[in-house]
Amino acid sequence: MNNYKWLVTTLYILFLMLPIYWLLNMSFKTTNEILGTFSLWPQDFTFDNYKKILTDPTWYNGYINSITYVVINTVISVTVALPAAYAFSRYRFLGDKHLFFWLFTNRMAPPAVFALPFFQLYSAMGLFDTHIAVALAHCLFNIPLAVWILEGFMSSVPKELDETAYLDGYSFWRFFLKIFVPTIAAGIGVAAFFCFMYSWVELLLAKTLTSVAAKPIAATMTRTASTAGYELGLLAAAGTLTIIPGAFVIYFVRNYIAKGFALGRV
Amino acid sequence: MGIELKKVTKQVGAETYIYETDLSFEKDGFNILLGTTLSGKTTLMRLMAGLERPSSGEVWFEGQDVTGIPVQKRSVAMVYQQFINYPNFNVFENIASPLRVSGVSSQEIKQRVGKISDLLKLTPFLDRSPDELSGGQQQRTALARALVKNAALVLLDEPLANLDYKLREELRDELPKLFQDTGATVVYATSEPLEALMLGGRTATLHEGRVTQYGPTSQIYRAPNTLVSAQVFSDPPINTAPVEKKNDTFHLTDLINWSVPVEYANLSDGQYVIGVRPHHLTVGTATEDMVRLNGTVQIAEISGSESIIHFNVEGHTWVSESHGVHQFKVGDSVELSLDVSRCFYFHQSGELVAG
Repeated sequence: MNNYKWLVTTLYILFLMLPIYWLLNMSFKTTNEILGTFSLWPQDFTFDNYKKILTDPTWYNGYINSITYVVINTVISVTVALPAAYAFSRYRFLGDKHLFFWLFTNRMAPPAVFALPFFQLYSAMGLFDTHIAVALAHCLFNIPLAVWILEGFMSSVPKELDETAYLDGYSFWRFFLKIFVPTIAAGIGVAAFFCFMYSWVELLLAKTLTSVAAKPIAATMTRTASTAGYELGLLAAAGTLTIIPGAFVIYFVRNYIAKGFALGRV
Repeated sequence: MGIELKKVTKQVGAETYIYETDLSFEKDGFNILLGTTLSGKTTLMRLMAGLERPSSGEVWFEGQDVTGIPVQKRSVAMVYQQFINYPNFNVFENIASPLRVSGVSSQEIKQRVGKISDLLKLTPFLDRSPDELSGGQQQRTALARALVKNAALVLLDEPLANLDYKLREELRDELPKLFQDTGATVVYATSEPLEALMLGGRTATLHEGRVTQYGPTSQIYRAPNTLVSAQVFSDPPINTAPVEKKNDTFHLTDLINWSVPVEYANLSDGQYVIGVRPHHLTVGTATEDMVRLNGTVQIAEISGSESIIHFNVEGHTWVSESHGVHQFKVGDSVELSLDVSRCFYFHQSGELVAG
């Protein structure tokens, strides 16, 4: 029995990695090869797909746009969620539990519900096709998420820490920024990670609220399939590049996320 | 004059945490708040610190009304039962923190932190982060931070409760010395009667949000004013039983009785409650001036050189504490002697009978 332990793990990793390998595989092939033959590795190895993406502004701007609104959104979400989570974790007030739950129900609504009203409202405000529009729209989902995660981390810090700081002479803000925020740094990392990931993969709102100037990469990727026929190699290269930021961010928060799981907030 | 509570009450929602309390704690020596969990020790301390506002009444400190003054503007330090340190600072910065905030020069900080950490044996750990320290060292760090700022009021809320036995003893010996010459008013909360006795000073016994008695610790122990105060200040718990006075005898039961001591001679006949500390009820044959009880053993525990035996006399459970190791099995019958000259007599309302 013991001799076959490795088998389960190997199969698991194999099935998990296969689609990703296939994507990588295709990204180094020409579209002709992808459509014409079945090969386990590129027969006609090429960097052309990547070259095109990294040199053609209609392609790389997609990445820049996505990163821009994702970063704006993450910064807004975490900044706004910090004081909110602090209030929920430290104070008792009328309806606090209901408010906390209501905030979280926003997370449960499908984005499609908001697509049309958001499109109308943002157009009326002159925000259509801007990075800030997408960043703000994603706040609807990310702020509740960040409040939820941060509240868990904050509640695990005893309120006596706050009091000790006040007794030591700290003002609220000095305590909050110099002691409290560093103490829950892990929570901030986890919250930022989840905001980042949600905003990065969300397509519907991002696509609805933009046309050219702030067009996200996910929207650009769908274009390839329509205009110039099937450019599958290019599409695969774009997909591969889309995975990278997520992988990069998860590398930094991998230890914190375990902590989040332990608190039941991830 | 240290800290004074004047007609202070504290209500949270519909619940009363502290009933109207008048209390004034002196500057020299330890002031001990003794009470069980939920008796209101912590609430009382938080009111003194200014972390909470009383629902009514005033808090005075050194002759000034400080009721509404924010904690930052008071000279207060507090050490909690949990080990509270700033996790993102190392030990040095933890101790230095109150000095940094008040803008003391870094040279003076270095000198003062150095002195305190020597005193508390923390010098080798100054570069470490608090979570790399043992529980005892973490609590020392918290104590050092409370000491370094020379606060005029120091509140210690069961600071030793989470430490293991050896460390607790060690720190308990050091504490009074540490605060001796600081000129601070020190208030110490504990749920352990023995701890209160060891620390000396003055004690206020607390029960369900009320201060039942306040005075020099040994005096409170020797002369509790009510049954409740006696119960708060007794470990193992004090024995109580109804007695009846008829003419010149107290009757516990028909057969167990003793003559009324001289100081209670003028007491009118009727029902009273007797309070007997466990160590005034010992295993062995009664001498002349003691009362003999025959009971059945229910629980027998040995705590080092003391034997604590719970036994049953005609349906009533008693706890005795005797010197030496006495081995008993459950169900054994045992002869005990009750030292009636050392017990307390209470009215049925709970007041101590003046004797």
